Amino acid sequence: MTKRYALGIFEDEDVLLHAVENVRAAGVKIYDVFSPYPVHGIDDALGIERSRLPIAAFFFGMTGLSFALWMQIYMLGFDWPMIIGGKPHIALPAFIPVAFELTVFFTCHGMALTFFTITGLYPRPKVPVMDVRATDDKFVMAIELDETSSQFSRLTQLLRDNGASEVNQKEMTTK
Amino acid sequence: MATLTHQNSATAEQLVVTDGARKTFITIIVAGVVVLILGLIAAIFHIGEGEHAAATEAAGHLGASAGHGAGASVHHEGSPVWQKRVLVSLWHSNIFFLGVSTIGTVFMAINYVAYAGWSVMIKRIAEALSAWIIPGAVILLVVFLLGRHDIFHWTHEGIMDKGNPNYDAIIAGKSGFLNLPFYLIRTIIYLGIWAYFSWKLRQLSLAEDQLGGTVWFHKSINVSALFLVLYAVTSSMSAWDWVMSVDTHWFSTMFGWYVFASWWVSGIAAIALTAIFLKQAGYLKALTSNHLHDLGKLMFGFSIFWTYVWFSQFMLIWYANLPEEAVYYNQRLGGFEGRYTGIFFFNLIINFVFPFLGLMTRDAKRQMIIMKIVCIAILIGHWSDFYLMFMPGTMKAESGFLIEIGIAAIFLGAFLMLFVRRLASASLVPVHHPFLDESVHHTT
Repeated sequence: MTKRYALGIFEDEDVLLHAVENVRAAGVKIYDVFSPYPVHGIDDALGIERSRLPIAAFFFGMTGLSFALWMQIYMLGFDWPMIIGGKPHIALPAFIPVAFELTVFFTCHGMALTFFTITGLYPRPKVPVMDVRATDDKFVMAIELDETSSQFSRLTQLLRDNGASEVNQKEMTTK
Repeated sequence: MATLTHQNSATAEQLVVTDGARKTFITIIVAGVVVLILGLIAAIFHIGEGEHAAATEAAGHLGASAGHGAGASVHHEGSPVWQKRVLVSLWHSNIFFLGVSTIGTVFMAINYVAYAGWSVMIKRIAEALSAWIIPGAVILLVVFLLGRHDIFHWTHEGIMDKGNPNYDAIIAGKSGFLNLPFYLIRTIIYLGIWAYFSWKLRQLSLAEDQLGGTVWFHKSINVSALFLVLYAVTSSMSAWDWVMSVDTHWFSTMFGWYVFASWWVSGIAAIALTAIFLKQAGYLKALTSNHLHDLGKLMFGFSIFWTYVWFSQFMLIWYANLPEEAVYYNQRLGGFEGRYTGIFFFNLIINFVFPFLGLMTRDAKRQMIIMKIVCIAILIGHWSDFYLMFMPGTMKAESGFLIEIGIAAIFLGAFLMLFVRRLASASLVPVHHPFLDESVHHTT
């Protein structure tokens, strides 16, 4: 879906942090902020909710653990029982390393894939970028525009007052 | 009431030890003495030891069947059981507290070398922990010189002399390493290194408080780097000497790490617990839940690390099932009529399952009450981990709890007195540390 965004470009992270607070205090909803590196405190300033990724991680982990235990118990206990080191066919201590590894394997791959999918950061031919300078030395604040024409000029004034070095308009197709 | 809100700056804070706190420490010591006396009375008059003879006999069979040869089963060489128990538990509690004490310096050294800023707020707690190193070292040497025969099997008369009735070929083969002069030299070197570097880092830190400037910080980094190299070797070797040589026949290449993991996670729990107590008493105004969160993460992570090392040691021995290695777990899992089986599983639950589940969520790590409970559980858990390392090898089927807990409480009270005295002897906030501001504004 194509939308228009107002992009405030900032030179400094402290200016950006205060601008985020002031813009939100003025009742404007910020779509997102793009920065060359993680900015401390930006999550709180933007009021971003806690990620639910850990919940997904827990279920991926449980899947991995169950799969590993089922696989080993079925293979070594029922499908092709072998005596190894005089231990019982189903010897749990021996299964723990594999169970641990598969739990980690499922969790990290599952989390990475979930993260890419829900954030729209998965690799693809044409990547939507608000402003390429956000990968170098500029901080970009994006605000979604509605159809009213006066909105952009008001936002320009607000962003300028809060230290934006320039304000652009851009049409983007995201997600 | 303590708050965990954002602070903008930190100023010097002087801890004032109240009479109430002093009374608490003395009460702990007095309670320890009372429990110790009760335990001694019970041990001397054999109260509650109905199956004493049977258990001793079973232990003898186990020792023989595990290939120990003559002279390896239960020894009653002169010392009555109660005296042996006092000596072994003095050694046990001292090794635990000495290790925790040294971890204070190790924690600081690691943070210096890593250029870590967040931990500056709790640095003085880590510094003060090492107040126990000198008294601990003295106690360790005195207990070794007076009571080594009751703790270390390899110090028995004639055990390394061929033809002697006490002769043990396996132990004689280790005489190149486990002999009295070399052992004492090594012990003094470990203690000397730990005491010297703790003192040195403390002096640099105090000089920084007085004079300011970054020169002390850079000097501390060099001192810390050297200490960490030496500590890596001495922590591992002291674990062989002081803990593993109790089970002289047995050996494990994981053991140095295992003991270090136990000390390290207890040390972090001690630092976190002190930070919470100070915060709740109105000190450390700039300490926020972000610092607690990081300490909680370390405790969570290193509880898993301890379990990882524990399991690595257990699984290889279980799988290979070599008699000379498996005897260690035979004794602890079902040996001596199941005497240690309960504490064996208790050890895993309190040191792994409880911190793992208790500290898993972000909110838990930021709550003082949950952190406090887990810290106390970890400290008790790792004390009993050391109990499990020492008792089966020394006391066999004659171990108990009253004497041991009494002595541990006396150690705790004395430890807290010296610890708090050192905490009060300088500002709780290292005001001229170059990373202080970073620590104040730390967010996770």
